[in-house]
Formats: sequence, structure tokens, C-alpha cells
Amino acid sequence: MASVHFTYALRRFYPDLKTINVKANTVLEVVDQLDESYPGIKDYIVDERGVLREHVNIFVNNQRIKDRVKLADVVEADEEVYIMQALSGG
Amino acid sequence: MMTKTLLVGTRKGLLVFEKSPSQGSWKVANDGFLGIPVCMVYVDEREDQWWVALDHGHWGMKLHRSVNRGQSWDEVEAPKYPEGTLIKEDVPASLHYIWAFAHGGKEYPGKLYIGTEPGGLFEMNGDGFILNESLWNQPSRTDQWFGGGRDYPGIHSIVVDPQNSDHIYVGISCAGVFETADRGANWQVRNDGLRADFLPDPHAEVGHDPHLLLASPTNPKVMWQQNHCGIFRSINGGARWQEVSDTDGPANFGFALAVDDQDENRAWVAPAVSDVTRVAVDQALCICRTDDAGQSWLTFREGLPQEHCYDIVYRHGLVASGNDVIFGTTTGNLFASENAGESWSPISHHLAMVYCLCFA
Repeated sequence: MASVHFTYALRRFYPDLKTINVKANTVLEVVDQLDESYPGIKDYIVDERGVLREHVNIFVNNQRIKDRVKLADVVEADEEVYIMQALSGG
Repeated sequence: MMTKTLLVGTRKGLLVFEKSPSQGSWKVANDGFLGIPVCMVYVDEREDQWWVALDHGHWGMKLHRSVNRGQSWDEVEAPKYPEGTLIKEDVPASLHYIWAFAHGGKEYPGKLYIGTEPGGLFEMNGDGFILNESLWNQPSRTDQWFGGGRDYPGIHSIVVDPQNSDHIYVGISCAGVFETADRGANWQVRNDGLRADFLPDPHAEVGHDPHLLLASPTNPKVMWQQNHCGIFRSINGGARWQEVSDTDGPANFGFALAVDDQDENRAWVAPAVSDVTRVAVDQALCICRTDDAGQSWLTFREGLPQEHCYDIVYRHGLVASGNDVIFGTTTGNLFASENAGESWSPISHHLAMVYCLCFA
């Protein structure tokens, strides 16, 4: 099971959000499973094409994912997935 | 006299102002969405539902609705472009921005229209939003529509005929005005008489930039638009537009426009300097009003800053109801007039950038 961690910023919209374990082989499967636990959260992470939003980053362990379009990066069991917001704005 | 309510969408959240007969001035009664850009506010007066569109920098466009006048809000799934929809070849369409709301008329309870960038008109029936394919598939869209100040074209104005809910106009920057008489099944271009000085052919059929399109509530055949290239008015439902800019005064370029709710010949604009600098004309803020269908314009400055002023008013940032006229600016000023714009008092000088206003 991969462990998924979230930026604190998402807790504004999902106050019950906490680190969870999911069984997934790719980042896309991680995001789909998150949406089952937290309905609608997928729309915060990706757009309607499934493309990672411009100012959102996903890391698998310490590596930023390479495929922001199809989220095909592989997730191994026991790996850590981090869903972060980019630093921007003012 | 009843308490009046005003919704103000800013770069840092929503403010709800109220003015009661006993107070005499506008006071903040509520706020929400702190820190989040509220790019559009709308009141569906059929059921007194309030809507806001949120432009999250990180998390995408979101929609929220309140059925209790802002005491609580619920997120509603935002419009989504159908899979396979392309802005142009090899560019998949996705929701970039929400520019406009309009309810579908009293004959169609629950129907709501939303105008978006990159140029899609969505219709809500019951639970979800559906893209109007007929407008999206206009042959001109891929080659003659383009973004004005943004990456892609946007529908910022939706006018549903109060006398016939099947009869709808949209204003698109940049494309122009489109009309449907059959609730979106077929669309006609309505740009005759407009001028697009930024095109090789200023009288091209499509490619115009109506910054805001409105119709007179009492006589919707009379339409107004604050266009990039001046102020235009039509007396025949957009079949032909006539320029009514003030050639000698400031009423020319701008974004915002308000039309009197009783008098089809009265309208207000908030002039700005075009293209290069985008500041108040002569760095002095004014509001202009016509009472004679644009034949002449009155310029009002009393109570407004007249030097070193950089404010402009965005397209949804000016509203009028009777003699109450209010506008908000890009530098966070909010001004109110109780005498149809002739003099002004500040409601606040220290808001975040104001995007949009709506009486509630």
C-alpha cells in the first residue's frame, strides 16, 4: 500500500483530509482512489482532461512525477506520494 | 424602504454589504472565501439563490451556491468540457475561467447559463452542466475567435430576453455578439455596425470585442455594449449597432456598463485609457451617464479622486438600481451614488481588487 500525504492547503476544502494508504500502481490510480475517499477532490488536483493542474505538484518519494498529462508514473507498494501546491501568487 | 444588499467579488474573497434605512450607509454584513479570488457573483432572483465563481490559483475554477443569502455555501460541480472537445487542433479544451451567469427565465425553473473561457456556453438543467454544441461548433470559432487580454476567447455576457426565454444573446471577447431564437439550437452573428480597429478589416463579421453586453430590462430590443472600440447601442435587438461614444469627452473606451432598469435611454460607463496604460482618464476618476440614448454624455466627478488615480473598473464592476449606482475598482475602491451617479461617496478605500458586483 502506498501512503498519500497532502498539502495543508487542501484541508481548507476537505477538513477531514489525512494521510491515507491506497493500493495503486500508478499516480492516476492514486488520484482515482482518493476521489472515492474524498468525493470531488480529483477536480482539485487535475482538470477535466485529467491533466495535473498547473500549480499542483505530485511527488513519489522525493521525485516529482514526470507525466503530468496522463499521470502514468509508477507507484510501488510502500512508496510515499505527496500532493503539494506550487509556490506562487500574492 | 427595504434593506439593500450588495455582493462584492474581490481578489481576496467575497464581501456582502448591506444598507438599511436606519444606517444610511453601506456596511459589511458578511464575508466569505477569504483569500480566494471571487471572479463572478450572481443572484438568481427566481429562487433567491446566490452564486459565486472562484478562481483558485492552484485548484481550478470552482462554483458555490447559497440558498440562504450567504449564511452557508455548497460547492456545485463546475462545468466540464466534454472529452474530445478541442479549442483548436491538438489543444484540448478545459475550463479556464467563468465569466458570466444568467438564469434561464421563469419558464425554465432550475435552468442556468454559464459563460466560460475558452468560449463555451454551458447550460445547467437539474444536476449538471452541458456544453452548447451549436455555439461551440460555429465555423468561425477556431479561426476568428481569439482571446482579448486572456489566452482564449471568453463568454462574459449572457442576455436572456425577459419576454421570451428562448431568445438569448451572448457577448464574446473576442468574437462579438451572437443571438439565438431557439434556446441555443441555432446562432446568428450580430456584429453589424461594430468597429474592430485592432483587425485588418475593422468591419469583419466576427472578431469584435464587446467588453460587456446588456439589454434594457423594460425594452430588451434596446441593447448596449461597452466595446473595446467605443460605446454602441442597438434599437433592434442587435440587428444593427450604432456608435454612441462621446467624441469630445471621456465616454469612449472602458469595460463596465450599466443600463437603467426603467429607462432604455439611460446608461452609465466608467471610462479608462485604452490599450497602453489602462488607468483612469487623465488619472482622474469619473463616471459618465447618458439620458438621451447616447446622443450626449454627462461626466460626473464629485466625490471621486481627481489626481494620481490609477483605478479602472472591470466589466462586471458597475451596477445600477434606480438611483443607486455603485462601482468597484482595480485598486480596491468602492464608491456609491444615491443620485444616479451625479455625486459619490466612498464605501471603502481599502478592499482588494474588485472584480464584480451584484445587487441581491
